Amino acid sequence: MRKAAVVPAYNEAGSIGAVVAEIRAADPELEVVVVDDGSTDGTAQLARRAGATVLSLPYNLGIGAAVQTGLQYACENGFELAVQIDGDGQHDARELEQLCAPVLAGEADIAVGTRFAGERRYRPSVARRIGIALFAGLVSLIVRQRVTDTTSGFRAMNRRGICLFAADYPHDYPEVEATVLVFRHRLRMVEVPVAMRTRAAGHSSITAFRSLYYMGKVSLALFVGLLRPRPATG
Amino acid sequence: MIPTRLTLVAALAVALILVAIIELIRRHRLQERYALLWIATGMVMLVLAIWRQALDAFSHLIGVAYPPSALFMVAGLFVLVVLLHYSTVLSRLSEQNKTLAQRIALLEEKLRQRERPRRAA
Repeated sequence: MRKAAVVPAYNEAGSIGAVVAEIRAADPELEVVVVDDGSTDGTAQLARRAGATVLSLPYNLGIGAAVQTGLQYACENGFELAVQIDGDGQHDARELEQLCAPVLAGEADIAVGTRFAGERRYRPSVARRIGIALFAGLVSLIVRQRVTDTTSGFRAMNRRGICLFAADYPHDYPEVEATVLVFRHRLRMVEVPVAMRTRAAGHSSITAFRSLYYMGKVSLALFVGLLRPRPATG
Repeated sequence: MIPTRLTLVAALAVALILVAIIELIRRHRLQERYALLWIATGMVMLVLAIWRQALDAFSHLIGVAYPPSALFMVAGLFVLVVLLHYSTVLSRLSEQNKTLAQRIALLEEKLRQRERPRRAA
């Protein structure tokens, strides 16, 4: 069974080598696919040297398109399982086994690592916590299943999930919309508690000013999404 | 009816814009599909600027007391429609651009994989 770890990376030279090594150490069967989103700091070369397959986008497209590119690679090359891990070292590769378990067992098409359960609970700032709770509540209402973390970029999926996202994935700040997309296509999703580390290097892509755009964009996408007809199953 | 100064100025401005549009198309710097909305805008403006009774009747119909204001309102509305049209064009282009960049990244990797064994042999 071919398994891929899709790692979107934009100027993560400081951490990408270690992230790739960590993933390979955690599961040698995983083909690490780093999607270099138009980096200018040698991220691609460092990832390749660490043993990853590197897909280099000619210019920065944003996290959504980067993840989608990795999943397109996985879909086209017949991969059965794909995990998505951030390139900044926030996600602990040792939790991959736990994350993949429900997908490998056939209990779910997609498993999302949630930061709001388990022992080491994630404590974001008040503003961010409100935003996350708001969208979690909204998404839970729309999909009629309890969802606690709609911003997690730590996920595992089977071939159905891979090829769904390869064909259709939101541009920027994609996680909330992607969650709804999963349910609209009647895929089964579960949440798995995971821990988050502080970033090894670089900066979070979400700044105070951008969070306004984030709220507006995601809300609009959610509400307009409700007006679209349901996709055919299968 | 003697044309007022406004009628002359408006008609002249619209005529100039129409000529500019035709010239841009002639030099292949503007595609016909994107020129059509502009030409429609220009035509409506020209008719309303020259045909004063039509403008008066129209402004009366929509409740505008001062007819030249109705002229500007029509122009403003047309510009809004053109801009909205451009936003849809922009969205389509950025989507196509994204797909293109993704194809390039995937093809480059495929090429790299093809070349690797040959180098080893």
